[in-house]
Amino acid sequence: MRVYLDNNATTMVDPQVFKEMEPFFVEKYGNPNSLHAFAGETHPYIKTAMEKIYAGIHADRKDSVVITSCATESNNWVLKSIYFEYILTGKKNHIIVSEVEHPSIIATAKFIESQGCKVTYLPINSEGLIEAQSVRDAITDKTALVSVMWANNETGAIFPVEEIGEICKEHGVLFHTDAVQAIGKLPIDVQSFNVDYLTFSAHKFHGPKGVGALYIKRGRELMPLLHGGSQMGGLRSGTLNVAGIVGMGKAMEQAIDSLDFEMEDVKELRDEFEDALLEIPDTFVVTPREKRTSNTILISFRGIEGESMLWDLNRAGVAASTGSACASEELEANSVMEAIGADEDLAHTAIRFSLSRYTTKEELDYTLEVVKKAVKRLREISSSYAYAPKGHESGLTAH
Amino acid sequence: MGLDNLIGGTIWDEYSQKVTDLMNNPRNMGEITEEEAEVMGAKLIVADFGAESCGDAVRLYWAVDPKTDVIKESKFKSFGCGTAIASSDTMAELCKGKTVQEAVKITNIDVEKAMRDTPDVPSVPPQKMHCSVMAYDVIKKAAAQYMNVDMESFEEEIIICECARVSLSTLREVIRLNDLTTVEQITDYTKAGAFCKSCIKPGGHEEKDIYLVDLLEEYEKEKLAQANSEDSNMEFAKMTIVQKLKAVEKTIDDNIRQMLIMDGGDMEVLDIKENGEHIDIYIRYLGACSGCASASTGTLFAIENILKEKLDPNIRVLPI
Repeated sequence: MRVYLDNNATTMVDPQVFKEMEPFFVEKYGNPNSLHAFAGETHPYIKTAMEKIYAGIHADRKDSVVITSCATESNNWVLKSIYFEYILTGKKNHIIVSEVEHPSIIATAKFIESQGCKVTYLPINSEGLIEAQSVRDAITDKTALVSVMWANNETGAIFPVEEIGEICKEHGVLFHTDAVQAIGKLPIDVQSFNVDYLTFSAHKFHGPKGVGALYIKRGRELMPLLHGGSQMGGLRSGTLNVAGIVGMGKAMEQAIDSLDFEMEDVKELRDEFEDALLEIPDTFVVTPREKRTSNTILISFRGIEGESMLWDLNRAGVAASTGSACASEELEANSVMEAIGADEDLAHTAIRFSLSRYTTKEELDYTLEVVKKAVKRLREISSSYAYAPKGHESGLTAH
Repeated sequence: MGLDNLIGGTIWDEYSQKVTDLMNNPRNMGEITEEEAEVMGAKLIVADFGAESCGDAVRLYWAVDPKTDVIKESKFKSFGCGTAIASSDTMAELCKGKTVQEAVKITNIDVEKAMRDTPDVPSVPPQKMHCSVMAYDVIKKAAAQYMNVDMESFEEEIIICECARVSLSTLREVIRLNDLTTVEQITDYTKAGAFCKSCIKPGGHEEKDIYLVDLLEEYEKEKLAQANSEDSNMEFAKMTIVQKLKAVEKTIDDNIRQMLIMDGGDMEVLDIKENGEHIDIYIRYLGACSGCASASTGTLFAIENILKEKLDPNIRVLPI
């Protein structure tokens, strides 16, 4: 049996999404910006897809939802343009991000920091949450931007974006939120929240890889990151990814249609699975269930290093993650576990299971058995679980 | 960069079959109890290395015959990734039947080589080489415990790159002999820094006392100091105009400016011109100096004399 529980890293493309994309490779391949029928025949499809995307986040027609190549591009765009327009010109000197943002925010923030911008990295509390008050405390009259994600990729923790949006509005500070993990899992309404910029990516909600987007509120247009042939109203040059846009549109429509299913049925499956996992002794989950997206579990198995757990799971056909997929090749501890700082022995023990609307109960039952076997085997090998020899100091020395 | 590094890969694909097998079924996993050691007529040694909070920890058990120092049984427990488990297992295997003194000579490189499927293909990817270092360290710890000495006493030299076991003295020598200026060059020459990369600069997997960048900086400074001392030995008259200007500025900074500033004044060098056998240095007084009576007498002679003495007897100082 093969079980895919790494849906926060990427998702399967929904077969219907794929079907809608198919004609735009061999049949309708025109460049939409050319002047002939090959171009023209793609227009209605792009228009329909864009309307679905706008509707999915409740964007106003006067707002811009610019299609990019990925969420990383969208996030880079916001921070770098803010740097060029506000920091480099001396109008402002400061931005605020949370310390558990995706690397595409953290690494970009570090880059503009190296160019002279002041950056505040907001800490998370012991539940893995950002407190809105910490944003208020960090804002100065020189703050240009606050960027806090809607939901965290590792824990699923939902951050108080509505409150943070209000605080930003009150202080006249621009607000960006990376909503990559929120689309299709939480209702998103950019009109009712004070959001100036919002990032998302199709492949996290059963759309294709290589298609991201940046919502830009009217009047908050950014300097382009990619200059060129003035596609996307000059905001983002580059030949339109027709199939990708069509795919994102369909995926967005389905994500909205299945939102209740995600928030109720997937949650029920997740909760049941989590209850069963927590019956294994010495297991820990950080963020309370009600404060998380409905599909995510970040759980620690004391005494078991994360990668060896993944190894055993993978041998049995189960795909999970030690946290951020991008970091799996690195040797670093899980950044959220480190940030919580409650018990450093657990920093290397976190495993993330992320479900999707395609996950079945059978798959989770099977996974539970696999996990139990792996825990038993790896705790027997573990030098730091259960057995401590007589007369031996168990205090390990740091190396 | 290049093709191989652009896409990356799953590190697990780079494990040898032996590593995979050992991870799945380690042979020497477990513990030795006091009772078991006693039955063997052996002394039980239990040594820990690493820490869970660092992501890797290993415990080594030895049953050592006190008469011959031979390790009769060797087992391990490990909190770590697949390669940590496989290399701990291999390390425990290599210890068996050796004397403690022989076991101390086992390095992480021996462990890595023992896990290869074919002699010239590494058994683990570069970033996982680090995991085998722990296997090496824990042997030292166990031996130190058995022999009742300090662990450091087994280290003959200071090792900078633990993965490739490159010592401080080797690195210093190679850098100087080949005039190396980048970390990439050091890696090409010595393999240091090719694996877990902790030894390159601060901020890696592990904290170090000395990093490769420090050694490069040390050498840079050394070269600079040497160049400076060559400069100061160079005859003033033969210097280029820029070198002359620098030498004059330095002499003023070191010997003259402080005196002027104490009196509320200062000076600047405007130009240097060769005028027959003379070298004319045009200066301008600043602050209190500019109106001072002795600026064209006593102070001027003092400045001129110092420059003459330090740089060239043919110098003339001309205030403007």
